[in-house]
Amino acid sequence: MRLSELKQGQSATIARVGGSSLLRRRILEMGILRGTEVYVEKYAPLKDPMELIVKGYHVSLRVEEAANIDVDNVGSAS
Amino acid sequence: MSAKRLTIALAGNPNSGKTTVFNNLTGTRQKVGNWPGVTVEKKEGRVSFNGIDLTIVDLPGTYSLTPFSIEEVVARNYLLDERPDVVLDIIDASNLERSLYLATQIRELDCKVLFVLNMADVAEQRGTKIDARKMSELLDVPVVFTVGNRGEGMQELLRRAVELAGSPGGTPRQRRVKYSQDIEESIARLLGFMELKAAGPPGYDRRWTAIKLLEEDKIVTERLVAAAPQAGMEILQAAQALRRHLAERFDEEPQIVMTAERYGFIAGIVREVQSSSTQQRVDVSRTIDLVLTHRLFGFPIFIFFIWAMFQLTFTLGEYPVQAIEAGVEGISATAGAMLPEGLLRDLVVNGIIAGVGSVIVFLPNILILFFCIALFEDTGYMARSAFLMDKIMHLIGLHGKSFIPMLMGFGCNVPAIMAARTLESEKDRILTILITPFMSCSAKLPVYVVLAGAFFGPRAGSVIFGLYLLGIVLSIITGRLFRSTLLKGADAPFVMELPPYRMPMAKSLLIHMWDRSKIFLTKMGKVILVGSVVIWALSSFPRPPASSEAGKGPNAAPAAAARTSDAGGQADLEAAQRRAQKAAQTEYSLLGRIGRLMAPVFEPLGIEWRGGVALLSGFVAKEIVVSTLGVLYATGEGEEDGDLEKALMDAGMTPLSALAMMVFVLLYLPCFATTAAIRRETGSTRWMLFSIGYSTAVAWLMALFVFQGGRLIGLS
Repeated sequence: MRLSELKQGQSATIARVGGSSLLRRRILEMGILRGTEVYVEKYAPLKDPMELIVKGYHVSLRVEEAANIDVDNVGSAS
Repeated sequence: MSAKRLTIALAGNPNSGKTTVFNNLTGTRQKVGNWPGVTVEKKEGRVSFNGIDLTIVDLPGTYSLTPFSIEEVVARNYLLDERPDVVLDIIDASNLERSLYLATQIRELDCKVLFVLNMADVAEQRGTKIDARKMSELLDVPVVFTVGNRGEGMQELLRRAVELAGSPGGTPRQRRVKYSQDIEESIARLLGFMELKAAGPPGYDRRWTAIKLLEEDKIVTERLVAAAPQAGMEILQAAQALRRHLAERFDEEPQIVMTAERYGFIAGIVREVQSSSTQQRVDVSRTIDLVLTHRLFGFPIFIFFIWAMFQLTFTLGEYPVQAIEAGVEGISATAGAMLPEGLLRDLVVNGIIAGVGSVIVFLPNILILFFCIALFEDTGYMARSAFLMDKIMHLIGLHGKSFIPMLMGFGCNVPAIMAARTLESEKDRILTILITPFMSCSAKLPVYVVLAGAFFGPRAGSVIFGLYLLGIVLSIITGRLFRSTLLKGADAPFVMELPPYRMPMAKSLLIHMWDRSKIFLTKMGKVILVGSVVIWALSSFPRPPASSEAGKGPNAAPAAAARTSDAGGQADLEAAQRRAQKAAQTEYSLLGRIGRLMAPVFEPLGIEWRGGVALLSGFVAKEIVVSTLGVLYATGEGEEDGDLEKALMDAGMTPLSALAMMVFVLLYLPCFATTAAIRRETGSTRWMLFSIGYSTAVAWLMALFVFQGGRLIGLS
């Protein structure tokens, strides 16, 4: 499943980060890498970008960027 | 004996409290400038500690030292090339894992570094405790606790920094990031090869260089080849071979593997030193965000904040502006009375005082706007506004943060262009600066009011609205055009931290506001002043020969004289003569001549030469277009607008040509102050010239389109 397909309030584990090399590295450097837990805090009012909680801090990603990230262990929306 | 000097660099993530620590260490003794060649703000402060002169340099806030953004390049080059005596890495204790990523990269550079655990109190509130001694031991780096916003631990910090500078230094090998066996082997092989060739960028740590070569780091590659072309190429080939080997081994690019491994190393450290009782943050910040970025309320609240900022800047700011204008007028009246009539008086009153006045008149607006922006930035709302607006701005190829500068452009382009500083990516910043002048600034409004009022009567409002809309549409088209051509590619990824909301500190807000305003006053003020004097000279020289009478102007002066003499009265007649003289002077001046010379350029737009001169004079400030028209058509000041309108109509201006002129005013070259701001903020004369050329070309084409197109479909 893709990160961009998660709904608000769902959590998951990052399985693979794809996309262009630069983008991928940037995302990785912000601590979003394989095995990291993510929680979808919310989507912006216009449905893009999305806000995630990773390693205890809040970060936003555009939906098109999040579409490059595969996740598994998807938890249910709380 | 000369005093000992030390240079201390502050590094850290954005929002780590780095700026607060810097402000606490240096107080108000700060020098703000730009890093050479780029438009990233550079802050330096000097303090004396136990008789040692300390220069404290605030590096741009970055998440990593990969030369990805201009800030990272600046920060890394400074650490590598300037070799500060000590590096203080500010670590946000409530964000340990991510902060340590930058920290480990700084460690790899092999410089003397001290970790500053900032905001440990916040972390503790959130149930996280950090064992500093263990961390210090594991990484073999001194660790100091500070609470930036209470100014705690600053003296201790300086003491430890000075102590560290005096120590022999060097990082013990076993405390460094250790990569997996395959990568370590590759590093070792490359290191061996480099030793053999005895080449590498001078002064760089060898192991670090090898790591960067395996990561295909552009800057290190360039420097390696520059230092030793022959051996450098061989080393590069070796690095490439190893990269291919690693890529095959991991089925992934080496730099990605190494990033992941660094985080692996960090995870190990964090497990050892951090004891945490809660995972997710349940805090005030999240609650605030529930409202401020709410699905329904988020936008109305945002629009309200922006509206409030606009009102404060341009409505509240209007009072001091008026006071300043009155003051300038008073001074120029006094000076006018004291000096004998003649060239000197003209220079002092119309050149210098008017010039200085045109600089400081912006100051209230700029101070208030920068205060508001500092408030947005320091509280953390700026990131939210970008979060809200990104979807829309992304359509133009811009970042969410471009919205505020563009919006402020409706008030005044000068602070708007300076507000583009909040954008991190240089390309985003330049693009924003280039399209901001299409936002119709408030000084253009008087021009529309006069022209639209005269020629469109009750439909004036719709016409003016249409002009604003045209500006927005053209900015969107321009944005998309430039993003796909000139400033291709780097529509920076929107991986943006949404930092917790913080209570802003008055001191930091004021420092922020004043620093930026000072740049306006000192750097741009001079340019604007000189420019005003030059324009004054252009419109004053050469002076018409005494015998030359107003009659030289083909129709304006007699018409004006005739109009007034209808009303009768000797005083009126004299006033009319004075006006006629002034019209003749402007016409005779260099500016008038240039205007006449350029008449063929304006003719296809339906603008006669006097309109052209007025447009040229608008380079000083847009509202001057109206007063120049008044002078050239020899209508009196302070009389009813109807006079100018009548004169314009008499001179053959039609609604269509008025519309063309308004379109031209909307789009053509930005005023002098804006031009100076563009030069300053892009750091390049070429971008400034480009902006002037582009906007004027667009203005000319659009006005041509309106006038000729209108004529084709039978409008007049």
